[in-house]
Amino acid sequence: MLQPYKELPDTAERPNTVLQLTVRNHSGTLSHIAGLFSRRAFNLEAVLVLPDAQANTSRMWLKVAERNRLSQVVSQLQKLEDVLMVEHDPDGDDIFERTAEAITA
Amino acid sequence: MNPEQASSDTDKEMSPTYSGAEIIVKILERQGIEIVTGMPGGAALPFYDALRCSEKVRHVLARHEQGGGFIAQGMSRVLGTPQVCIATSGPGATNLLTAVADAQLDSIPLVAITGQVPQQMIGTDAFQEVDTYGLSLPITKHNFLVRSARELLFVVPEAFRIAASGRPGPVWIDVPKDVQVERIAVEEWPALSVPDTTPVPPLQLLETAAAMINAAERPILYLGGGAVSSVGAAEKIRALVERSNLHAVSTLMGLGVLDSEDPHALGMLGMHGARYTHSILDRTDLLIVVGARFDDRATGKVAEFCPQANVIHIDIDPSEHHKLKHAHIAIAGDVASTLDALDPLLQNHQRNDWADEIAQYRAQMPLLTPNIDKPTSPYGIIRATFEAAGPNAIVTTDVGQHQMWAAQVYPFNRTRQWLTSGGLGTMGFGLPAAIGAALAAPDKAVICFTGDGSILLNIQELATLVEENLNVKIVLLDNAVLGLVHQQQSMFYGANHFASSLQQAPDFTALARAFGVPAWSLGNLSAETAHEHLAEAFAAPGPALIHCPIDAAEQVMPMVPPGGANRDAIDYDTDTSETPPQGARDHAAAV
Repeated sequence: MLQPYKELPDTAERPNTVLQLTVRNHSGTLSHIAGLFSRRAFNLEAVLVLPDAQANTSRMWLKVAERNRLSQVVSQLQKLEDVLMVEHDPDGDDIFERTAEAITA
Repeated sequence: MNPEQASSDTDKEMSPTYSGAEIIVKILERQGIEIVTGMPGGAALPFYDALRCSEKVRHVLARHEQGGGFIAQGMSRVLGTPQVCIATSGPGATNLLTAVADAQLDSIPLVAITGQVPQQMIGTDAFQEVDTYGLSLPITKHNFLVRSARELLFVVPEAFRIAASGRPGPVWIDVPKDVQVERIAVEEWPALSVPDTTPVPPLQLLETAAAMINAAERPILYLGGGAVSSVGAAEKIRALVERSNLHAVSTLMGLGVLDSEDPHALGMLGMHGARYTHSILDRTDLLIVVGARFDDRATGKVAEFCPQANVIHIDIDPSEHHKLKHAHIAIAGDVASTLDALDPLLQNHQRNDWADEIAQYRAQMPLLTPNIDKPTSPYGIIRATFEAAGPNAIVTTDVGQHQMWAAQVYPFNRTRQWLTSGGLGTMGFGLPAAIGAALAAPDKAVICFTGDGSILLNIQELATLVEENLNVKIVLLDNAVLGLVHQQQSMFYGANHFASSLQQAPDFTALARAFGVPAWSLGNLSAETAHEHLAEAFAAPGPALIHCPIDAAEQVMPMVPPGGANRDAIDYDTDTSETPPQGARDHAAAV
C-alpha cells in the first residue's frame, strides 16, 4: 500500500523501488522529471504515466535504482513546481510487472 | 476565446482590452519593477512596443543579452528582489542562458522574459526559433511557455512568487509572438505577488540543536549565501557571535555577513582560504552551517572536511541536507527566523580556551598578503582601491585571480556589498553586474575588479555604462595571462603553459576611451602617483577605468590542489621545488 515517504534501510537484494507522483498535466512536466534524473545522475529504470480523468493532473510511477540516495531523489522531485505530491511505494513494482506481461502477451 | 468573455457583450464593453504584451508590462508595473534590461528582436517587438508606452518601467538597452541578464542580476543582488531581463527568440534566448544559469547556481531571484516565434510556427525550424523551454529547463528554478494572453495573468505573478520564495532563483517566461498580440478583456488584475512564508522549524528540533550547541566545546559557524538572502539574518548572526563568542568562516557568497574587521570573522574558507581556517575546521567539534551547501571549492575533499565535527545544517532548501555531507541535525528553515527561534534556547558560553586556540592558529598561519602597501601589486591595488572608494562602495568582480585576491582582503562591512559569480564562476559577470548595481544604488560608487581575460567577455557593455553615465569604477588587473589557468598550469601541469597567454591584447586605456570612459594606467608609476590617479578616478562620479599591470608570476595563495583536502593547501612557504607535486594529476582530474 502507499505510505508517506520514509528512509528505508538498504536492502542489497532489492536495488529498485517505486515512487508515485501526482503532477500537473502539461507538456513540459515529463521533461522536467526526466531532466532532473539525467542532470543529477539519478538512475531511472522505468516510467509509467496516466492522465487523471477527474483533474488537470497525471499520475506517474517511477522505478528508481537509487535506494541509497532515495531521500535526495525525493527532495529534489518535491522542488519541481509541477510535482504536486511524491509518495514512496516500496511494493509498487507490481504495476511494472503487469505492464511488462501485457506487452509481451 | 474564453467562453466567459464571449458570453456577454456588455462585459466586453465595460472591461478594457489589453494585448498580451500590455498585460506583461502592466503586471511588471504593479510588481514595482522600475527598470528592465535587455535587447529587442523580431519576436519580442510587440512587448517592446507596449514597453515604449509605460511611464513606470524604464528600459536599459544592453549590448548583448548576456550583458542584460547580468545587469538584471546586479540589480537583484543589491536589492534582494526579483529583477527582469528581456531577450528575443533564438540567439537572444541562447545568449541569455549563461546569465540565467549563473543566477540558478547562486540562488539569485530573476525573471527572464523572451519572445518566441508564433505558436503555429513552433517546431518548424522557423527563423530565430530555438527550444527555449527545453534549453532553460535545467538552468532555472521553473520555466513557462505561455499558450494564451489569459495565461499571462497567472504566469507572470507566479514567476515573481517562485523566484522570490524559499531558496530564490531564476524563472523564465517564454512568450510566443501571437500571445503578445492577442487581445483580451481584463476584468481584474491579479494580486501583487509576494513570496511564500517559510514555516518556523519545529521546536523539538531546535531544542536538540540548541542542546548540541550548548554542549559543544569548539563550535564554528559556516556562513553561506543563504545568510545573505534571508532578510535580517546578518544582524541576528552578528548579535549571536558577539553574545556567544562564536567564530565564523564564510563562503565566497557569505562575505559581508560579518564585518571583515570583526574579530569573530575568520574570512573565507576553502580553496583560497587562510590556512588557519583549515586547522580550525579540522579541530571543530560542531559545525553550524548557516545557508551554505558544502560546495567543493569550500570543503575541498569533502570526506576529509571537519573530521571531528557534528553538523547542524540550517538551509531553507531541504534537498541540500545530506546531499554532500551528513547532517546530525537538519533544519529546513529561513535563516533569520530559525536563529530567532534558536536564540532563547542558547546559553552564554564564552569558550575562552577555544577562542585562545583559534587566536593561536591565526597567529601561526596568517593570510600572507605580500606588498599590500604597494598599490601596483595584487593585494596592494585591492587595498588602495578600497581606500580611494571608502566603506560605502559596492564591489563586483569577474572571475579569476583578481576575484580571489579581492575576496581575501577587501574589507566588507555589510551584505549585498559584494557581488561575485560564485557557483558558475562566469568570466564576464563583473562589468554588467556593476552596471546593474549602479542602477539599483545610484547613490553609491560601484567598483568592478576585473582581469585582462574577463573584461573582454562583456566589453561591449562599456557602451551601456556610458549611455547610462553610471558611477562604475573598473579596476583592471592586467597580467597578460588567464591568471588562474596560468597558475594551475604552473602548479599542477609542470609549468607547461598552454593557451593561457594573452600577450596579444588591446590597449585597455585606449579601448576604454574609445567607448567614452576616462581611463588611467598605473603602469610603472610610483606608489604616490598611483594613489593620486586612483583618487582622481574616484573623485568625479561617472564611469572610469583604472588599468593596473601586475606580474604574471603572482599567484593566489594559499591554494588547495583541486580534489585535495583543505589541510593540504600550498602556501608561499610550501616547498614546491619537486614539481609536479605528488598526485597532482589525480587532483587535476578532479576538476
